[in-house]
Amino acid sequence: MIMLPEIGHYVLILAMMFALALAVLPMMGYLQRNAILLSTAKPLTYLMSGLTCASFIILAIAFAQDDFSVLYVSQHSNSLLPIWYKISAVWGGHEGSLLLWITILTLWAALLAFKSETLPNSTGPVVLSVLGIVATGFLAFILFTSSPFLRILPDQPVDGVDLNPLLQDIGLIIHPPMLYMGYVGFSVAFAFAIAALITGNLNASWARWARPWTNVSWAFLTLGIALGSWWAYYELGWGGWWFWDPVENASLMPWLAGTALIHSLAVTEKRGVFKSWTVLLAIFTFSLSLLGTFLVRSGVLTSVHAFASDPTRGVFILALLVIIIGSSLFLYALRASQVKSQVSFGLTGRESWLLINNILLTILTLTVLLGTLYPLIFDAFNLGKISVGAPYFNAVFSPIALLLIVFMGIGPLAKWHNTKGAMLWRLSWLPAVLAIVLASLVFTFHEFDVYMWVSFAIALWLVLMCLRDWLDKVLAARQSLWQRARKLPRHYYGMQLAHIGVAVSLIGVIFVSMNSTETIVRMAPGDRVDVGGYEFEFLGTRHVEGPNYTADTGVINVYQDGQVITQMLPQKRLYQARQQMMTEAALDPGFTRDLYISLGEPLADGAWGVRIYIKSFVRWIWLGGLLMMAGGLLAAWDKRYRRKTGA
Amino acid sequence: MHPVRKKRMITIAVILVVLAAAIGLVMYALSQNINLFYSPTQIAQGEAPQNVTIRAGGMVVDNSVERASDSLDVAFSVTDYQHSVRIEYTGILPDLFREGQGIVAQGKLDERGVLIASEVLAKHDEEYMPPEVTDALEKAQAQ
Repeated sequence: MIMLPEIGHYVLILAMMFALALAVLPMMGYLQRNAILLSTAKPLTYLMSGLTCASFIILAIAFAQDDFSVLYVSQHSNSLLPIWYKISAVWGGHEGSLLLWITILTLWAALLAFKSETLPNSTGPVVLSVLGIVATGFLAFILFTSSPFLRILPDQPVDGVDLNPLLQDIGLIIHPPMLYMGYVGFSVAFAFAIAALITGNLNASWARWARPWTNVSWAFLTLGIALGSWWAYYELGWGGWWFWDPVENASLMPWLAGTALIHSLAVTEKRGVFKSWTVLLAIFTFSLSLLGTFLVRSGVLTSVHAFASDPTRGVFILALLVIIIGSSLFLYALRASQVKSQVSFGLTGRESWLLINNILLTILTLTVLLGTLYPLIFDAFNLGKISVGAPYFNAVFSPIALLLIVFMGIGPLAKWHNTKGAMLWRLSWLPAVLAIVLASLVFTFHEFDVYMWVSFAIALWLVLMCLRDWLDKVLAARQSLWQRARKLPRHYYGMQLAHIGVAVSLIGVIFVSMNSTETIVRMAPGDRVDVGGYEFEFLGTRHVEGPNYTADTGVINVYQDGQVITQMLPQKRLYQARQQMMTEAALDPGFTRDLYISLGEPLADGAWGVRIYIKSFVRWIWLGGLLMMAGGLLAAWDKRYRRKTGA
Repeated sequence: MHPVRKKRMITIAVILVVLAAAIGLVMYALSQNINLFYSPTQIAQGEAPQNVTIRAGGMVVDNSVERASDSLDVAFSVTDYQHSVRIEYTGILPDLFREGQGIVAQGKLDERGVLIASEVLAKHDEEYMPPEVTDALEKAQAQ
């Protein structure tokens, strides 16, 4: 048993060898038309994947067994840590999270190999081979710069330094795997695109194969981002849900590009247009995933989410990034000129609406990219150290995103190739009027704000248009509504669900920013304070012992109309191993509002600084995210992707 | 004009207009929202502008943290070991704020040369040092 970490390291080296073989052999097989070499792709993928998983499991075992002779374990775990946090500590640091990254990549590859029966004979191996190239790069990165299996012998520490207390949380157990599933899942679409470029087989079929994979990855990424936002909301102790921080932007950019990709793949599959653009977008999306990994892991940007990181690793990832993106774009430049769209598209058709979607999403991605990288550009030219503030992102992102949502209402109604203006008008005038009337009604109860009013009307417009479109589809036929509704394909419902999810999130965002109350007060025991219709009474603090921390728990009674409605217990924890302070906010969640209390610092005479927030509709932001995710999965589950294709 | 070419022209024109509008918006927003970082030495030498949002950072000086007894006002100094600058803030400091640690604050300099901070940046990890602070310390040491 004592040799286990060495075995883990060795297994990882083997995995890299197989990844390298996967990168080379099937590709040679394709070029030399050698069926035997081509047939190696599947077994090599399974071997690479199995071995990488084995090494991941070995690391998890080292954590579970408190093997503090392993440097990485000793830095991120502690014997007092509850077992589920020991397991999640596997991805609590740089080395382990990269191992998770590559493990998920190889799992996607294995799943693709398993499903590759539906692909034509030469495409499957080439796609897997492309994934092999990416895997080789990242496995080499882990082995050469950041192996999690290094030992500290013979002076092994008695106990570990502990997992960063911020990460000791349910949100952080599931957030990174979900996020990576999404990030890395885009590698499949990327591999399809590259394989299409290599084989020159750029007809619409690659888009059909790539679509379900892209949808599923996008769904995971959506969930990952929503979880991250939720975690930041309650765990960072200051109640924000999005900070436009570089690390957050790093996950948002592939999401935006991925959203564009989903839509552009639809056009390419259905109409055979935008072909070269879709390929470029697939490359672009995965490149942004890689860039995100680089930004998070290199520590080049100041971020509230930044964890200690090592610049030499940054250089390695940057090199990897440049090689992968550079060679993809080079290949694209060589091949894309051969692609000709066979079908032209009408200016009034759905193609045009989706083109608008793609333009706006691309612009959104680029504005986030620019804002995120601007400090690096500034620094590179020795102009000084700067940071780009959240107001930049709010000012630029919001209007473009709102415009996009306006079009989201209309786009799905349009017909392919050609849409009659009269038809669009017939369907959309009523929702437009209703949205404006309803929004105005709501604002009679609230202080008027033009921007918020417009945003809210747009959110309502989107919901009403989704509804209108559905009604139009189910009422059109002679069959009963129920029969007709059941006949609509899953991908249609997936789209509707995701679009409504966007509206739900938007409503959440509007109300949180418009209707929330935030107070930071000094409270001594016995003090009462009124915040937004609730009365909060601070009864003092009591001492609490946790498994690996001690804490002061503030006891706060909440009154509404003179009645106690709940008691809230925010904590200030001191984690012993690291001697690190942590704020654990108390939440009273609700469908239309969250009560949020966190303790600041102890002041004189038993008084504390206390943050009391009332967050309107904040849950809707993440609820919308869940709807989007469900929509993405539903669309991917559509029956037509199960059909075998011989093309 | 040929219909296909006309269609293409319209598409390209639309893209260009949208792009131009977006670039205008971006440039304007960027020019309004860039916050330059100044080290304590730069501030002491008067290089930093007053009443403009900037970032400043360094190591929190030991025993420099003063808390008001009846409010959430707090003041402390940060140093790059050549010069130091006083920072005043109202609110709750992040969990990992501690004397002897590197921090970055965002705010405006007043006429006394004190940074009135609107935000003191938190971080997730004790070992993490903001890159600007590392850079400022290295520069100060080189002098």
